[in-house]
Amino acid sequence: MAARDKQGRPVVVVTGIGVVTSLGAGKDENWKKLTAGESGIHTISRFPTMGLKTTIAGTVDFIKADPLCAPVLSQRLAEVAAEEAVSQAGIGKSFPGPLFIAVPPVEMEWEQRIVVAKTSGANGTINYDDLLRASPKHPEYHDRFMFGSVADNLADKFGTRGSPISLSTACASGATAIQLGVEAIRRGEADAALCIGTDGSVNTESLVRFSLLSALSTQNDPPQAAAKPFSKNRDGFVMAEGAGALVLESYESAKARGAKILGVVAGAGEMADSFHRTRSSPDGRPIIGCMHRALDDAGITAAEIDYINPHGTGTPENDKMEALGAQAVFGERAARIPMSSNKSMVGHTLSAAGAVEAAFTLLTMQNGKLPPTINYAVPDPAIPFDVVPNQARDASIRYAISNSFGFGGQNVSLVMAREPA
Amino acid sequence: MTEAAREGVITGIGIVSCLGEGLDAHWQKLSAGETALDDKNLAPYIVHPMCALDFDKQIPKKGDQRQMEPWQRIGVYAAGLALDQAGLKGNAELLSRTDMIVAAGGGERDVAADSAILSALQGAANPDALLNEKLMSDIRPTLFLAQLSNLLAGNISIVHNVTGSSRTFMGEESSGVDSLRIALARINAGQAEIALVGGSYNAERKDQLLLYAFGDELLTGSYKTVWERAPDGGLIMGSIGAFLVIESREHAEKRGANIIAKLSAVMSERSKRDSDPVAPSLRTMWDKISARVKPGNAAFISAASGAEPATKGERAFLAEHGDIPVRASGSYIGHGMEPIFPMNVALAALTLSRGSLFPPRDASGFEKPMSGPLRQAIVTGVGYWRGEGMALVEAA
Repeated sequence: MAARDKQGRPVVVVTGIGVVTSLGAGKDENWKKLTAGESGIHTISRFPTMGLKTTIAGTVDFIKADPLCAPVLSQRLAEVAAEEAVSQAGIGKSFPGPLFIAVPPVEMEWEQRIVVAKTSGANGTINYDDLLRASPKHPEYHDRFMFGSVADNLADKFGTRGSPISLSTACASGATAIQLGVEAIRRGEADAALCIGTDGSVNTESLVRFSLLSALSTQNDPPQAAAKPFSKNRDGFVMAEGAGALVLESYESAKARGAKILGVVAGAGEMADSFHRTRSSPDGRPIIGCMHRALDDAGITAAEIDYINPHGTGTPENDKMEALGAQAVFGERAARIPMSSNKSMVGHTLSAAGAVEAAFTLLTMQNGKLPPTINYAVPDPAIPFDVVPNQARDASIRYAISNSFGFGGQNVSLVMAREPA
Repeated sequence: MTEAAREGVITGIGIVSCLGEGLDAHWQKLSAGETALDDKNLAPYIVHPMCALDFDKQIPKKGDQRQMEPWQRIGVYAAGLALDQAGLKGNAELLSRTDMIVAAGGGERDVAADSAILSALQGAANPDALLNEKLMSDIRPTLFLAQLSNLLAGNISIVHNVTGSSRTFMGEESSGVDSLRIALARINAGQAEIALVGGSYNAERKDQLLLYAFGDELLTGSYKTVWERAPDGGLIMGSIGAFLVIESREHAEKRGANIIAKLSAVMSERSKRDSDPVAPSLRTMWDKISARVKPGNAAFISAASGAEPATKGERAFLAEHGDIPVRASGSYIGHGMEPIFPMNVALAALTLSRGSLFPPRDASGFEKPMSGPLRQAIVTGVGYWRGEGMALVEAA
């Protein structure tokens, strides 16, 4: 393999992968369950769900966060994934490059708001003046609810270089973190980058927000059957938590230190959609353009793609538009290229999804096995694709594309390649 | 490709603050040493309020305006001004390949809804059930879209049709520094030709002030310029919208764009604030550009926040360069968090384009008068809590 790609840029390889989802912590457990078609979706026990339309999620309950709030849990999940990736890469205690981390928006939650209201001692009507008056008694909330705090703590823990980048492109965030790392290495700014997507934000209000937008599945029973990407009876996504971490390196640097190369991030593409805040342009142009740009960036044609790791949320709109996009990009091959949605098992890990699914795509190529789309009982005739229904199967994949789309017209696609033997 | 062809130039600026809208209004107020304050509505805190804006001018559809909270409207407005000045507005071909990096914080709470819920929870027999019920009934479904950090960028795509790419950086002041740093690095490296970069901040929000009040970071009492707030320090937040169009010189010249200033370098650092004050990281960045700086025709445009000890550290660094006059824009416009660094780069480009530095606004005497022509501005940005940045902006 050459150290430079067709455009003369440094080839960017993956030397460390870490992942945590509702299926478990670590690649091994996730891969075992993913290929066994197991679901991590369960009834929510973290907070009371009475009166809510959706009562299920893929929360990560086996990793403790204290106090339990989105930034603390998001940070813990990111630490677990990054530790696994960094340790696999064997790149040392002080990470020799920048940190790019996709995090959910950081904000004070109801638990804290209620605590501060109590501290204020106000009776009857409570307003923000009361909270402001009580604020000096809660200095601990300052550091915790700064947007940069998760990245700041991770930069300290892993010794990454320079100013850590916290980013959001909504549900495409994890893929954007990887794209930024690829670009930094290609510019020669760094030989390595730590790219993470994390999300531990399943709480009452975040669930209500998505619920009010009618984005979530309400088929609560049984929870494992709710996420049904590409099925005719799909009715929304299932919120979930997790983190994915990749150690990216220039091929040259990985080779020089004798690191095992796990895969290649061959290209990245993005295109914003100006149609609507939550809906895709009906002609699918931005989704199509995004995939084309990723293929162009990787210097390959659509004919070379052997596997599509779709965004595949299981909302009626997403899956329809993604299928339309894939049909336009891959033509008559679209029906034959396997395209399986990890979200059928781990749910939608939101800010983490792009990174979690990039990690799964790399494992898919490495192991030569396609994880299934589970809960596929009622095929949607409008999506006549090979979704790898319900059962994993073997396949040799040279190139795969992973799509991530988000509210606000965010579209990012990553093209990954298996490291040739 | 030559290095000169890949250098970054600023071809569009959109700024709004308490000083007004656009470059002329800002220059007029800076030259006159004037600011605007609101010490009543959010007392005991002081803010620099946003000037009156006719949002219809940049956001023609009322439906779009309704979908946004003030921080987004301010940002979409400022972005529109920048695109207008750069001659991009309505040019579908150029906009389809304009990259966008937005520095954003969190969206706005519905303060009235929050207050009503907190009040109702008091003494409720089953507070958990009530919270769920109130959240399902009291939150506007579209409020979420006004809260998501990346929906400022999303609204810019929708209203102004910027669709090349869309990335949102978060993390207080550093997000503004790194937005510009990465946009410029991509242009310098040939990964991009043209980018819209910036952000917005609405200071006139109690929910936002609460975050900084937890850290006892806000100034109370009477107004002081940023250099006069030591030793206790304190932030006066300011509502700000600031966007820049930056592009490669070659791209700008080919399309006949007016070059306002040259963006020669943008750097960021993160010092460990507990053990390591900010001055060393400012020195590290300074060392990368100092050979290019010519005292006599250069000035520091400081984004100092007035928070301590951050401002003390910055002042120590600036004092090492007594031959280069300093201006702290925060004394005029307040501290605007995520967009504050892009705003200061915009003000640096503005003052360079007028050829001279605006007068001091500082009774402590730290800001010295400058009479000669101005050719270079070094922008310093020290986060009140984390992160440092520096930019070199030069006359076109």
